[in-house]
Amino acid sequence: MTSISPPSDKHWWKEPIEKAELIWIAIVVVWGIILTLMMPFWHVYGKQNLSSEAYKTTPEVYMKKVQAGVDQYTVRTDNGKPVVKPPVGSDVYMLGRLWEWWPVLELQVGQSYRLHLASMDWQHGWSLQPANLNVQVLPGYDMVMTVTPNKVGEYSIVCNEYCGIGHHMMLGKIHVVE
Amino acid sequence: MNANTDFRICPESGLKIHRPAEALIKANAVLAVVFLLVGGVLGLLVGLTRWPEVHLLPADAFYKVLTGHGINVLIFWIIFFEVAVLHFASAVLLNSRMATPKLGWASTGLMLVGALLNNYAVLVKGNSSVMMTSYVPLPADTLFYVGLILFAVGALIHCFIFLGTLVIARGERTYEGSLPLVSFGALVACIIAIFTIASGAVILIPTLAWNLGLISHVDPGVYRLIWWAFGHSSQQINVATHVSIWYLTAALLFGAKPLSEKVSRFAFFLYIAVLQIASAHHLLVDPGLSAEWKIFNTSYAMYLAVMASMVHGLTVPGSIEAAQRAHGLNSGFFEWLRKAPWGNPVFSAMFLSLVGFGVLGGITGVVMGTEQINLVIHNTMYVPGHFHGTVVVGTTLAFMGITYWLVPVLFRRDLILKGVARWQPYVFAAGMSGVALFLMGAGTLGVPRRHWDILFSSAGAGNGYEFSAAALTLMSLNGLSAVLAALGGAMYIGVVVGSILFGRKLAENEKVGTLMVRAAPPAEKYHNIGMGTITIPGTMVLVGVFFVAFALYYFINWKFLAETWGLS
Ligand code: HEM
Ligand SMILES: [Cu+2]
Ligand SMILES: [Cu+2]
Repeated sequence: MTSISPPSDKHWWKEPIEKAELIWIAIVVVWGIILTLMMPFWHVYGKQNLSSEAYKTTPEVYMKKVQAGVDQYTVRTDNGKPVVKPPVGSDVYMLGRLWEWWPVLELQVGQSYRLHLASMDWQHGWSLQPANLNVQVLPGYDMVMTVTPNKVGEYSIVCNEYCGIGHHMMLGKIHVVE
Repeated sequence: MNANTDFRICPESGLKIHRPAEALIKANAVLAVVFLLVGGVLGLLVGLTRWPEVHLLPADAFYKVLTGHGINVLIFWIIFFEVAVLHFASAVLLNSRMATPKLGWASTGLMLVGALLNNYAVLVKGNSSVMMTSYVPLPADTLFYVGLILFAVGALIHCFIFLGTLVIARGERTYEGSLPLVSFGALVACIIAIFTIASGAVILIPTLAWNLGLISHVDPGVYRLIWWAFGHSSQQINVATHVSIWYLTAALLFGAKPLSEKVSRFAFFLYIAVLQIASAHHLLVDPGLSAEWKIFNTSYAMYLAVMASMVHGLTVPGSIEAAQRAHGLNSGFFEWLRKAPWGNPVFSAMFLSLVGFGVLGGITGVVMGTEQINLVIHNTMYVPGHFHGTVVVGTTLAFMGITYWLVPVLFRRDLILKGVARWQPYVFAAGMSGVALFLMGAGTLGVPRRHWDILFSSAGAGNGYEFSAAALTLMSLNGLSAVLAALGGAMYIGVVVGSILFGRKLAENEKVGTLMVRAAPPAEKYHNIGMGTITIPGTMVLVGVFFVAFALYYFINWKFLAETWGLS
């Protein structure tokens, strides 16, 4: 009798379980519970939790909001792109489109902002480097997350969802200052 | 002769083989290997292009080749092979005739047409570089979707033929009692496949309609939810299938039986029980999904499936250990393992697949499927790193191993280049483990997946981002590993295709050797094996080491997460 023949005992479900199996199953079940509990635990005690706030939007509506931020808070340009320095705690808008993240932002370290992200066309991947924070950006969804930069410096945003032939040139920037 | 009674007896195993089933199994296995060859060459080109110093292909070719790579290996190679495994685990293992072989040929034909159309759209027409995920609204050629749908329909019919064979075997009483464990595992794979293909239809048919202009819009968020219901559960098919092959190999080469039928079968059953919502861990950083939804659906679904795999991770080597001990290799912790047939590629491939799947694929899958940790992993190179651990070192290597067994048994050819075959699993496992590890390392340092130019030489002055030297070095090491893996793949294809075409024909009742099938040890030899009340102490040590590594690595990743920006 092997694993490719029918069980020798017709009532195989009544056979006792090996002790080694029982020990391992107990470990595995406890571990599964720990893995599960770590997530709510981090919601309470951890500092990195993605909010679920999001709104349906359209490219036109979203563009207006981005443009309003640019008109109001641009402090200079950087490589041809406006650098927007929004008030601490405010709603900040960035968009992804073929093939750039726009505009550039300037944020203060240790301060929080409500950052909005949406795509104007195809799906994009907002990948903040070197902080290595990655979220999926979809057309039609305005995603809001409260970000708190923890180190001064120049951050790049790479696109890590394939979005057509210019995908690898799709970049953006955030300056984090004192 | 009546096709229903056209049988031969296998001289190796004594199984009664239905010739029409055998022919169909062979055809699907051969097609699988052909698509592995195509997809593997494309994979090598991908690896060479992502090697920063080599950067082989231009951008547009790279994205075509990457799309073709993913689809040819993940879908066509694996599913053609799975069709072969399904019919083997039903008709052959149950000594039964197969239901409707003619319909089987038609379905395989449909799958082939679908695969060719899809490849034509991606590689020849070249207007379908949408990656295997084809996320809307990025458009592909109509033939891209049509090809996938035809392929899926063919695979679905094969599932029903498999079920039909089970009904026939039961009706004609070709076996007594319950299904053998391996056939039960195949049944689980088949049930998951039916669910999977249904989800695939729910999303691909509207996408085709949108592509044809019949409907105006497919919501990208909804697309991702349903696409991954199909994309993730299809990975559960692969797991159920390769775990079945592990048990099959253990039964063939060691005469092993399950430690307990109940535990192994329940672990298989869990894969079905937790199916529907497992797509959640692909959507952990998508907009608008609540934390409650994500936590419930990853933990309820994922960790139960993880538990199931961890149980198989004990019971498969445990069943080998127990059989080896019953065969007399009962001293110390590891005599059974030391004296295993490491020179037999059927065994070495199976064991490397088991270890690689658990360590490289399993641990990392749990890490990146954790709601918050996904923030530092999503869409980085870590993701392909992870699944080259699961679906390549795990599934693909398991399939390779069993092919070395099937060539003499079904094709009745002696293997050529036995020395090459002997080394092949080691070369492939080493190369692919390198790919998996180095990609995961690069991903941890932020390197994006599906990206042609991480040096940003094309982005224009002042625009680029400089990845750390360590990240670039890891990508170069990945390139080297890719070459080694491709060599391992070529060795496999060379031996298998060469043997089928040129191998010495085996005479009607000739056996190729004792390595192929070992009789089960008599039941009483199982008494008094192991140490004290633990019959499998060696396996307990192995899973203990695994568990410690798992726990350490899991918490290290929480530490990585804690170092990034605050987010709420
Ligand atoms: C010679 C062997 C192989 C090499 C060198 C290789 C290399 C790679 C690399 C470097 C990537 C990541 C590319 C990127 O995201 O930019 C990749 C993607 C991928 N590989 Fe492989 N691979 C090989 C074999 C396989 C096999 C056998 C399978 C499946 C059974 C597989 C499945 C995939 C899939 C599904 C993707 C993702 C494609 C996408 O992002 O859409 N690979 N491969
Ligand atoms: Cu993009
Ligand atoms: Cu992109």
